[in-house]
Amino acid sequence: MSPTPAQTLAALRPGDCATILALDAGQALYHRLAALGLRAGKTVRMIRRARFGGPFHIRVGTTDLMLRIPDARRIQVTKA
Amino acid sequence: MKRVALVGMPNTGKSTLFNRLTGAQAKVGNWPGITVDLLSAKLLLGDQMVQLVDLPGIYDLRGFSEDEHVVTTFLSEQSVDVVLVVLNASQIERQMQLFAQLAQFGIPLVLVLNMADEAAALGITIEREALAGWLGVPICLVSAKHGQGMEQLRNLMARALRAPAQASPPDDSVIEAAIKSAVHVPAQASHRLTEKIDRVLLDPWLGLPLFFGVMFLLFEAVFWLGTPLQNALAALFSVVRSAALEPALAAAPPLLSGLLLDGVYNGLSTVASFVPLIILFFLAMAIVEDTGYLSRAAFLIDALMARFGLDGRSFVMILMGFGCNVPALMGTRVMRSRGLRLLTMLVIPFSLCSARLQVFLFFIAALFPPRAAPLVLFSLYVMSIAAAMFTSLVFKRRLINSDPFVLEIPPYRFPTVRQIVLRGWHEVRHFLRRASRFIVAGVVLVWLLTNFPAAAAPGSSETWAGHLGVWLNPVLGPLGIDPKLTIALIFGFVAKEIVIGSLAVIYAREGGALVSAIAQQVDWVQAYSFMLFTLIYTPCLSTIATIRSEARSPAFSVVAVAWPLALAWLASFAFYQAARHF
Repeated sequence: MSPTPAQTLAALRPGDCATILALDAGQALYHRLAALGLRAGKTVRMIRRARFGGPFHIRVGTTDLMLRIPDARRIQVTKA
Repeated sequence: MKRVALVGMPNTGKSTLFNRLTGAQAKVGNWPGITVDLLSAKLLLGDQMVQLVDLPGIYDLRGFSEDEHVVTTFLSEQSVDVVLVVLNASQIERQMQLFAQLAQFGIPLVLVLNMADEAAALGITIEREALAGWLGVPICLVSAKHGQGMEQLRNLMARALRAPAQASPPDDSVIEAAIKSAVHVPAQASHRLTEKIDRVLLDPWLGLPLFFGVMFLLFEAVFWLGTPLQNALAALFSVVRSAALEPALAAAPPLLSGLLLDGVYNGLSTVASFVPLIILFFLAMAIVEDTGYLSRAAFLIDALMARFGLDGRSFVMILMGFGCNVPALMGTRVMRSRGLRLLTMLVIPFSLCSARLQVFLFFIAALFPPRAAPLVLFSLYVMSIAAAMFTSLVFKRRLINSDPFVLEIPPYRFPTVRQIVLRGWHEVRHFLRRASRFIVAGVVLVWLLTNFPAAAAPGSSETWAGHLGVWLNPVLGPLGIDPKLTIALIFGFVAKEIVIGSLAVIYAREGGALVSAIAQQVDWVQAYSFMLFTLIYTPCLSTIATIRSEARSPAFSVVAVAWPLALAWLASFAFYQAARHF
C-alpha cells in the first residue's frame, strides 16, 4: 500500500480521521493550537463545518474545537 | 496571612471551584503592577485563615496575551504559598503542559482535576495516587459543580500550606510517562448526548433559525414573567410611600420632603420596580452560557462575523454586552490582535444592555398595547445589532483583525440551580451597586435642576432644566424629542439607569401616574424615536471610562463617543421624519 499523501486539515470531509504531521504556524498560533491539543502525531477527526464558509468543528482526543479555514490550512495531516 | 492562587485553562470550571470554596464571599481588588481586578476571598482552612485569589483563565504561559502577563506577574511578584492548578479531568492529557509551565515557578502546587464526574461518564479512569507519585504533587479529583471532593481538596491545601513539599519541576518525558501509566482513556471517548443535540442545533439549515428562535423566546419569557412581578413591586413601593414616608415627613420643610420623596424615593422606587426583569434576564443569560450553547452560537455565526471584520468571540462579547457593556468590554482582553479588539470595543456599546432595557420596557409598557410590546422590544434588539454591524463595516478596514480563531466547544451541561442563582445574584448585586450610586446622585441632580430657581414651578420650562431642553430643541426637535425628553437624555449620559428616575422627577409623578402623564404628552412615534436615540447615542459614563482605560488611546475614546452620537441622531431623524411623512 502506498502511503497516503499529506494534505491540510481543511481538505478533510465530515467523518474523516487524520493524523497531524506538522503545524505551519507562527509562535502565537502554534502555542495556542498546542495548548488545545493540536500537536504532531495526534489524531484529529472532522465533525462538521458551518455554512457559508464558516469554521470547522473538529475533535482532538476528548476536546471539541472550532477553527477557521485559513488556520486549518496551516495544519498538515495524513488521512488515517 | 498565607495566600493561595487559583490558575487554570478557560472552560475548566475554575470560577465554579472558586465559588464553591469561598461560598461566594468574593471581593474585587486591585493589586500593584496588575492591570485587571482580581477576585479574592478569605477561607478558613483548619485553624488558619487563607486568602484565595482567582487568576484569569489562560492556555499558556509562553504567550503574549494580557491575561498571561497578569498570571506571570502575579506569581513572580506577589508572595504566593500554594498554587491550585485546575485542569479539566477529561482533558488532562493536553492540559498538563500548563502544569509543567507552572511548576517552573518553584511554588508548591496542588493539582485539582475538576469535572471528575464528566471524566467518569466518558469512561476515563485516573489513578490518583499513582499519578501523584509520578508528578510529586498532591492531587485530588473533584466536581466543583456538585461539590464533590471539596473536603479532600481543603485537607490537601491545608497540608501543603503547613508542610510545603517543594517538588522539582517534572520534565516532559516524566509527564508523558505519568499520563500513559495512570490515565486510561477509552478509544471512543465522546459525549453521545452532546453529539445528538449538536446534530440538530448545529444543523447546516436549522442551526441559525433555531438560534434566533431561542433568543426571541427567551426575551418573550423574560417579558411575560417579569411584567406582573414589576407591577407588584411598584405597588409595594407606592404603599410604603403613602403609609410610612409621607406621614413621617409631614412636619419637614417642603423643600426637604420634596428632595427626599420626589427626588431620592421616586427615582429609586421606579428603577427598583424593574429589578425582577433584570434578574430574569440575567438568569436566562446564565442558562444560555452555562449550558454551552453560547459557544455554539459563536460557531454558527462566525461566517457572518468574519465578513464584518469580527469573529465568533466578538459575537459572544457583544452578546454579553446585552447584559452589561462594561464586563463585555473587559472580556475583549482575550483577543490578541489589537485591531480586532478595538473594533469589538467600538461595537459592544451598541448592545442593548440591561440599563437601556429598563428604559425601553417602561416606554413600551406606557405607549404600546401589550400584544405589540414583545415585537417592539424585539425590533430594538434588531436595531441594536444593525447599528453594531454598520459600525464594524465602516471601521473594519482601519481596525484589522490578525488574530487566530481557535475556540473550544464544550459538551452540553446542565447548570445546577445553585450555579444559575449565583450568577444571577452576582450580576444583580453588581448592577444594583452601580445603579444605586448613580441613581441617587443623578436623580437628586435632576430634582435640583427641575426645582430651581425656587420661584419656578417644578419641572416647568422656567427651571434650569427647562432652559437646557429649550436650548437644545433646534437639534433634537426634528427627532420628535421634546425638551422634557431631552433632559432625560442628558442624564442618560451619566447612566441609563437614571433615565426613568429622572422622568419621574421631570413629570413630578411616579408609577401609574407617570405612565399616563407620558402617554398623554408623547405619542408612539416620538417614543420610538426617543428609544432609538437612547439605544445608540452614547454608552454610560462607566462604559466610557472602561473604553478609556482598556484602549489606552484618547483618540479612540473620542471616536467611541462621537460616532454613536452622530449615528443616533441620523437614525432617529430618519425614523421620525419617515414615520411622520408616510
